[in-house]
Amino acid sequence: MEIPRHWRIRQQRYALVGEVCPHCNAKLFPPRDVCPECGQDARTPYQFSGKGEIYSYTTIYEPPAGFEEYTPYTVALVKLEEGPIVTAQLTDVGDRPIEIGMPVEMVTRKIRSDGDERGMIIYGYKFRPLGLMSTE
Amino acid sequence: MTTLVNKHPENILLKPIRQVGISGYGAYVPQYRLPASEVARVWTQGQAALPIKEKSVPGLDEDVATMSIEAARNALARAQINPQVLRAIWVGSESHPYAVKPTSTIVAETLGATPNIQAGDWEFACKAGTEALVAAIGFVGSGMADYALAIGMDTAQGRPGDALEYTAGAGGAAFVIGPATDSLAIIEHTYSFVTDTPDFFRRQYQKYPEHAQRFTGDPAYFKHITNAAQTLLEASQTKPKDYRYAVFHQPNVKFPQKVASQLGFTKEQIAPGLLVANIGNTYAGSAIIGLTAILDIAEAGDRILVVSFGSGAGSDAFSVVVTDKINQRRDLALKTRDYIARRVPIDYATYVRLRGKLVMK
Repeated sequence: MEIPRHWRIRQQRYALVGEVCPHCNAKLFPPRDVCPECGQDARTPYQFSGKGEIYSYTTIYEPPAGFEEYTPYTVALVKLEEGPIVTAQLTDVGDRPIEIGMPVEMVTRKIRSDGDERGMIIYGYKFRPLGLMSTE
Repeated sequence: MTTLVNKHPENILLKPIRQVGISGYGAYVPQYRLPASEVARVWTQGQAALPIKEKSVPGLDEDVATMSIEAARNALARAQINPQVLRAIWVGSESHPYAVKPTSTIVAETLGATPNIQAGDWEFACKAGTEALVAAIGFVGSGMADYALAIGMDTAQGRPGDALEYTAGAGGAAFVIGPATDSLAIIEHTYSFVTDTPDFFRRQYQKYPEHAQRFTGDPAYFKHITNAAQTLLEASQTKPKDYRYAVFHQPNVKFPQKVASQLGFTKEQIAPGLLVANIGNTYAGSAIIGLTAILDIAEAGDRILVVSFGSGAGSDAFSVVVTDKINQRRDLALKTRDYIARRVPIDYATYVRLRGKLVMK
């Protein structure tokens, strides 16, 4: 079990909390405290909007340990509207064809259990296709 | 000798010192739907009378924590407040993901509402959500806090082949309770009616609940809802016609229709909140998700009666009056009907997989 590791990164995992560089305004995800754009200190927390689009994707049929019950599932590189690209599972896709450039939004979902059914439940961001529903 | 029943008729309604209301509300329903005909196909050769059309089923990666988070995000979007001003997050459910460890801390951390906050999980079968709501009204109404978040959410359990398997659904609602001056709807007063009635229960370590067949009707559902609603109506000197809408706990289509008619409410008054035919019984979310669907269409000045029911047993009744702020804020999040319209029908085999009923090891 790796409880401390999951606990340490819970805010970025649960809600896409990264950092913003106070010097050049670059948005950082995951948070790394040093701006990759200008090389200066960047420790200001930043809540990402969760909106983005699919940069690339692949479907997993032979999963790593811990993900067996979810197969098949699709993993995507998602380009967030603030700039960074994150790797995450897609969810609530159903039969819809996935395409590069498809708009997606972040949701917080169960990722897996840490170890067996006695372990902690790990929650984190996934992305689902945007525009399934209208607010009209 | 002191009397055992003291009704305090002069102040039987629960009213906070300062007026409070609903600053924001949000619903969530997962996308999968199991038609009741699928349960009948597998267990009765299709012969059973179907209590609803279909029920909502959570995806493999969904539980009460994740569903509460989405409903809460919708409620916060409508409340237009910084999560840091919330001073309580209370989640009512009978399907909390952990036996020991709060769902509410996961929700609070995800929303960015920690650490200056009360957090706790509530349990009272199907009225755990409204119990949290009454507590939030008291918490804000006393002046201890300006904003509190109350959630009722469930991924209900039903034994395969049992009558409950047709209806045990998934979904619920979240409400930001705040000062009346910032509210989409003002809470006039509440009243709760509780007795010890073992109509439905689940023992520790048991996967599925037990229910006492017809005992769940008259001495449980109808007695508690009727007493809660009638006492609120009498004590507030209102009549069913003073309410534009009403919503009652909805374990199936028949019960809420019957209790509404017995109390003097019309089909038109209950229609917008009666969602059970399309999403099933969402347990701790059942009455209050009906309220969200009503708030999606209500107009300023509309008065709404909400009466929950939780086995065990009790009912919480609320009188809510919509304000003109609803017009600017209800479009800030997805509507309840949007979630209901987003449906992916599944067969019984997929349902069994999604609900973890397959033995994998």
